[in-house]
Amino acid sequence: MSIDLSQFHQVFFEECFEGLDVMENGLLELDLDDIDSELINSVFRAAHSIKGGSGTFGFSSVADFTHVLETLLDDIRSEKRTMDKQGVDLFLLSVDCLRQLLHQLHAKEEPDLDQANQLKLKFEAILAIGLDGEVAEVNDVTDVNKDDKLEVHDGIGYWEIIFKPHPEIVQTGNEPSRLLKQLAVMGELDVEANIENLPDFTALDPELLFVKWTLKLRTKENKGAISEIFEWVVDDSDITITWIDESVIQETITENPKDTADNITSIKENSENKVTKKVSKPKASVESQSIRVATDKVDSLINMVGELVITQSMLGQLGKDFSMERVHRLQEGLIQLEHNTRELQESVMRIRMLPISFSFNRFPRLVRDLSHTLNKKIDLKLSGENTELDKTVMEKIGDPMVHMVRNSLDHGIETPDVRKAAGKNETGTLTLSAYHQGGNIIIEINDDGAGLNTQKIKEKAIEKGLIKESDNLDDDKINDLIFQPGFSTADVISDVSGRGVGMDVVRRNITELSGTVEVKSVPGEGSTFKIRLPLTLAILDGQLVRVGKEIYILPLVSIVESILVDEEFVNNVGGGFEVLRLREEYIPIIKLYDVFGVEPDSRKLTDGLLVVVEGENKKVGFIVDELMEQQQVVIKSLEANFQKVDGVSGATILGDGTVAMILDVPGLIQLSGIQLISNLKAGNNAA
Amino acid sequence: MSSILAVDDSASMRQMVSFTLKGAGFDVTEANDGQQALDIAKTRSFDLVLSDVNMPVMDGITLVKNLRNLGDYKFTPILMLTTESAGDKKGEGKAAGATGWIVKPFNPDQLLKTIKRVLD
Repeated sequence: MSIDLSQFHQVFFEECFEGLDVMENGLLELDLDDIDSELINSVFRAAHSIKGGSGTFGFSSVADFTHVLETLLDDIRSEKRTMDKQGVDLFLLSVDCLRQLLHQLHAKEEPDLDQANQLKLKFEAILAIGLDGEVAEVNDVTDVNKDDKLEVHDGIGYWEIIFKPHPEIVQTGNEPSRLLKQLAVMGELDVEANIENLPDFTALDPELLFVKWTLKLRTKENKGAISEIFEWVVDDSDITITWIDESVIQETITENPKDTADNITSIKENSENKVTKKVSKPKASVESQSIRVATDKVDSLINMVGELVITQSMLGQLGKDFSMERVHRLQEGLIQLEHNTRELQESVMRIRMLPISFSFNRFPRLVRDLSHTLNKKIDLKLSGENTELDKTVMEKIGDPMVHMVRNSLDHGIETPDVRKAAGKNETGTLTLSAYHQGGNIIIEINDDGAGLNTQKIKEKAIEKGLIKESDNLDDDKINDLIFQPGFSTADVISDVSGRGVGMDVVRRNITELSGTVEVKSVPGEGSTFKIRLPLTLAILDGQLVRVGKEIYILPLVSIVESILVDEEFVNNVGGGFEVLRLREEYIPIIKLYDVFGVEPDSRKLTDGLLVVVEGENKKVGFIVDELMEQQQVVIKSLEANFQKVDGVSGATILGDGTVAMILDVPGLIQLSGIQLISNLKAGNNAA
Repeated sequence: MSSILAVDDSASMRQMVSFTLKGAGFDVTEANDGQQALDIAKTRSFDLVLSDVNMPVMDGITLVKNLRNLGDYKFTPILMLTTESAGDKKGEGKAAGATGWIVKPFNPDQLLKTIKRVLD
C-alpha cells in the first residue's frame, strides 16, 4: 500500500509554525536564574514534534537540524546541562532559521541550508563538551543488535533459541505465541515447550506464564533478524540464540566497511553543493489558507443549522395548506427564522475570530531584541490576549502595531540613566492590552516613557505649514498631527524606527480597516496609542439615512449624535462652508446632497437633521433628510465589483433588493476639503 | 475489525497514522494526549493502543502505567511511537508496561508491518 504523504503537509507545516512559536515564547519567558522545568519541557516537546514530523514527512534537512536542538534541550531538561543567555540566543536564532527553512519548504523552494549548517556546528560543538560517555551509551542502546546483524551463517545447521519468558511477560501485552508465529514465517521451526515450572492447578495464577521454549529454526536469515523479533521482550525474558553447526564448513561474512565510507563522502559532497547554491530571500509569508477552529464553535454552528432546518420544515408545512387564520403562525415562524439567521450569522462570524494573542505573541521577541539594540531596560506586559478578533483584521493590524511598538521603544521609553535622573524606575514598561467595547475591539499600546514633545511637534508642524502660529490648538490636536503625512520629529532617523513609513501610514492602514487611532500623552509620564477596530470586516452596524430618494449607510460607530439645526448657531466661514457652533466646538457642515448631486426634500438646514460624525479625530456634520432604521449590513466591495469611489467605502444590498452606498467618513471629510477648519476650537482651549 | 486507539499531540502524525490504519481496515479512534486517551479508554475497549511518548497534559509513559492499572487493559498490546534519539525512553516505556515500540520516523508500510506483530 502506498500512501501519498503530501496530503498531510499543510497540517504539518501549520503545526511546525505553531511549535516554533511555542519554542520562541518559551525561550523568551525563561528565567535563567530559576528555570521552570515545565517551560523547558514544552520547548523540548515542540522541537521533538518538529523533528518527528519532518522525518516522517520527508524533510530530512529540518529533521537533522532539529535533532541537535532536541538533544541539547533534552540534556537541559534532564539537568545534565545548564542554560545560559548565549544558549537562549542560539536557540532563538535556530527558531528563526527553522522558520525560514520551513517557509521555503512550504513554498516548495530549495531550502537555504547555510545558516542551519552553521548553527548545527555550534550545537555540535556544545554537545561535544563533556558527557561523551553518556552519548556513547545512548548510541549503544539504539542499535542493540548491531553485532547480531553481522552474524550470518550459510552452512548446514540451525539456530537454537532458548526462550525463557519471565512469568509477568503477558502483562506487557506481549503474547509469546505471536513471537513463535513470526519465527515460523522465517523458515522451518521446531517448537518444544517446557512446562516443568507449571504449578498445581490450585496455585495457578492465570495472569502469569510458566512455559519455556526451546526452538530450532532453520533459516537463511541472520541472527539480527531473529533478535529483532525478540527486541520487545529482551528485558522480560532470558533468550539465547546460538548457531548449531551441522557441517564442517562455516563462513563468516562481514560487511564491507569501505562501502560505508564511500557513502559518507558522497553525501558530504552532495550537501556542500547544496550549500554553495545561493537561494533568493524567502517570500514574506505563505498565506495560511486554513483556519483552526475550536470544536465548540463548530458545534454551535451545527446546532444553529439544526434549528434552521426545523424552522424551515415548520414554514414548509404551513405553506402547504395556508389560510388567513394561520397568518399569526406564519409571523411567528418568520420571527423564528430571523432569529435563526442572526444566530447562524454570528456563529459563522465567530469561526473567523481568533484570540489576539496570535498577534501579540510576536512582541516579546521584538521587545527583547530591540531593548538589547537600544540599551534600554524594558518590561513588556500583555493583557487581554484572549480578546477575539477577525482573522483578516488581525493579519492586517500586525504591521501597524509593530511600527507603533518600535516607536514607543525608540522614542518613548528613555534610557536607564535618563529615567533614573527623572526619578523613575530604570526599567520602562510597555503595555499592550486588548478589550472589547461595544462592537469594537480596542488595542492600546502604552509606554511610561517621556511622552510626546508637544512643543517640538508644534514647531515642526508650523515649519511644515500644517498649522499656523496663530492657530489655537489644544495639546491633543497638536499631538494628533504626528499622523499627518510627511511628519517626523525624530532629529536623527534611528536604526530602529523612522525608516520610511511614518505614523501617517499607520493611520491609513487602520483607516482602511474602518478603524481609528488616536494618541494621548502626558509629558514625563508616557503616551498611549489607542486603536479602535471593528470586530469584523464583513459586516457593519449601519445607520440608514435618507437624502431625497437615496439611502446611504453611515457606520454606527462613527456617529456621535444627531441634532436639529438651530440657524442661530450657524456661521458662514467663506468658501461656501458653514459651521455650526455646538457647545464648545465648531462643526463643519457637509451637505450630502451637494457631494453626491441628489435632490433633497429641502435645502433648508433647519428642515433636515444634522448627523454629527467623527472620523480621524475630526468632527463634521452631515445634513440628511431623515434618519431611518439601524441594521447590520453585509459589506460588498465596490472596488471588486465596480471601481473605487471617493467618499464611499462600499455598498450593500438592502432588504428590498436596492443597493445602498456605505459612506466613508474620513474620505468625505477629505473630499469636501475642510480639514483645517475642523481643527478649530471655539473660544479658549476647552479640552 | 480490530479497533485501535491512536494517541499523538501532533495533528499531522495523528492524521497520517489514522489514514494509514483506516485504509488497512482498522477501526481507529484518535486522542490528542494521554489524559484524553485514558478518558476514552475508560469508556470502551481497544485491541491496540498506539501512543506517542512526549505529549502535554499526560505523557505516553504515564498513560501506559494508567492503562495497565485498568482491568480491561492489563493484556492489551500498547506500542509507543518513539524516536531514535530517545533511547532510554524505550526502556522507560517497557518498564511502565508497554508492549513494544515503533521508531520515528516511520512510513505507513513500516507502521502496518509493526502492527501486524501484535494484531492478527
